[in-house]
Amino acid sequence: MKNPLSKEIVMIPPSGIRRFFDIVSEMEEAISLGVGEPDFDTPWHIRDEGIYSLEKGRTFYTSNAGLKELKIEIAKYLSRRFELEYDYNQEILVTVGGSEAIDIAMRAMLDPGDEVLIPQPSYVSYEPCCRLANGKPVIIELQAENDFRLTKEELEAAITPKTKILVLPYPNNPTGAVMERHDLEAVAEVVSAHDLFVLSDEIYAELTYVGGKDHVSIASLPGMKERTIVINGFSKSHAMTGWRIGYACGPKVIIEQMLKIHQYAIMCAPTNSQYAAVDALKNGDADVARMREQYNGRRRYLMHAFEEMGLPCFEPFGAFYVFPCIKQYGMSSEEFAERLLMSEKVAVVPGTAFGQSGEGFVRISYAYSLDNLKIALERVRKFVSKLQPKSSLG
Amino acid sequence: MREKILTFIERNSRIDLKELAVILGVDEVTVAQELKNMEEEHIICGYHTLINWDKTGVEKVTAMIEVRVTPQREMGFDKVAERIYNYPEVNAVFLISGGFDLMVTLEGKTLREVSQFVTDKLSTLDSVLSTKTNFILKKYKDHGTVMAGAPKDERMSITP
Repeated sequence: MKNPLSKEIVMIPPSGIRRFFDIVSEMEEAISLGVGEPDFDTPWHIRDEGIYSLEKGRTFYTSNAGLKELKIEIAKYLSRRFELEYDYNQEILVTVGGSEAIDIAMRAMLDPGDEVLIPQPSYVSYEPCCRLANGKPVIIELQAENDFRLTKEELEAAITPKTKILVLPYPNNPTGAVMERHDLEAVAEVVSAHDLFVLSDEIYAELTYVGGKDHVSIASLPGMKERTIVINGFSKSHAMTGWRIGYACGPKVIIEQMLKIHQYAIMCAPTNSQYAAVDALKNGDADVARMREQYNGRRRYLMHAFEEMGLPCFEPFGAFYVFPCIKQYGMSSEEFAERLLMSEKVAVVPGTAFGQSGEGFVRISYAYSLDNLKIALERVRKFVSKLQPKSSLG
Repeated sequence: MREKILTFIERNSRIDLKELAVILGVDEVTVAQELKNMEEEHIICGYHTLINWDKTGVEKVTAMIEVRVTPQREMGFDKVAERIYNYPEVNAVFLISGGFDLMVTLEGKTLREVSQFVTDKLSTLDSVLSTKTNFILKKYKDHGTVMAGAPKDERMSITP
């Protein structure tokens, strides 16, 4: 019998969190801080709109690029929130979550051997998606001392004549890092000088906590729109992960080709999710603000608790994760996470699940109620108090 | 700041002062002072507990009574309302727009006890024109809280 599998696919490692998931799901009374999705339900008026669309029998395909009404609302939303101006008709594509957008953007843009710069720690999909598109992933290891922001020096150092795309994953999962306007300006300069494109994954754009400052999209900087694909969606902002609805925006020439892949592979994003998403954008701003406020309170609470425990952690300004440093205990992230799980039944995700540069850190999600966090933190406190710091670093 | 404090404690008044300060990102003294001021200004009028009595063995009925009254000269509805709310068995009194004037909620041990109050005390007040008593059969949600409790977290325990 022939080998039924593609060698390329077999070479791609499974997600690093799989093993943990298997242990946790078997463990009674385990508290997980490992979830990468909101704990809130989708706001009722949005769900109601989804239900209504089913009642009305809107169960057919939409046009490939998405409902016109939704694309118009997306254009309006991006303009009012992030100073991004897109033509709904040619520059916006509604996708099955941000994940599909990452995949088809890579496939539409890469030729074999093209290099894609991927700053890590970051979301687990960029590297495999790049490989599936025959690109060559080039990892930039972000540094804790830069608050996990991408510096222009790091970027410069990674660029070769083959570099084509820079993935810009901010606000960042797993670190919670953000890129402020001045950080982006420095990066944009290098990107333009080397004629690169940016794949800006802004799925956490609504969740930033820097004193009143909203997320800045690199596409809103002068000259950047024509070389940027912005990826966003409803999963994190409107607590709509299961609806699988996101979008990509960018230059017509790229969106056109992405649309072609989308058309053949997917057809269109789920219709009732699209109707629900229209309502999310029309009437959901207050919900987003309410959830952001709650995340922010939990974020402060966690930071404070870590400080008390003596667990060093830079202040995350976005997403819903904190990324404390556990190097002082002289064990790997994996070992720390495993021992914490075994002895106190709290699940966190080792930083290495998001790239080798996550070594020495663990990701803790605060997409949990305060009551839940409190119990979990008490267990973490108990766990670290029994550990001897191995060095004075920290 | 006041609004933030109130929004928070409206749902959880038992929170530790220090924790509340951390969550709101201000110092403890400020929160303590604001709470004290708001208590004095009767912005915060009390700290109550939301109880699902149905789950206890205690017999209790609650009625919402629509009351139509004649407002009194110079006093408007306030005087009538006061006469009604002074009864300890009365839980709440609201002035209402629409088809009637006052909404009175009342707790008693039995239907008889509540109806007795309505016929003996409420209806006999001079300014009360009519009453309509609605008994609560089941409480689904109160003070923004679903009585059945929050649904179980059904998310997968670890996701990227």
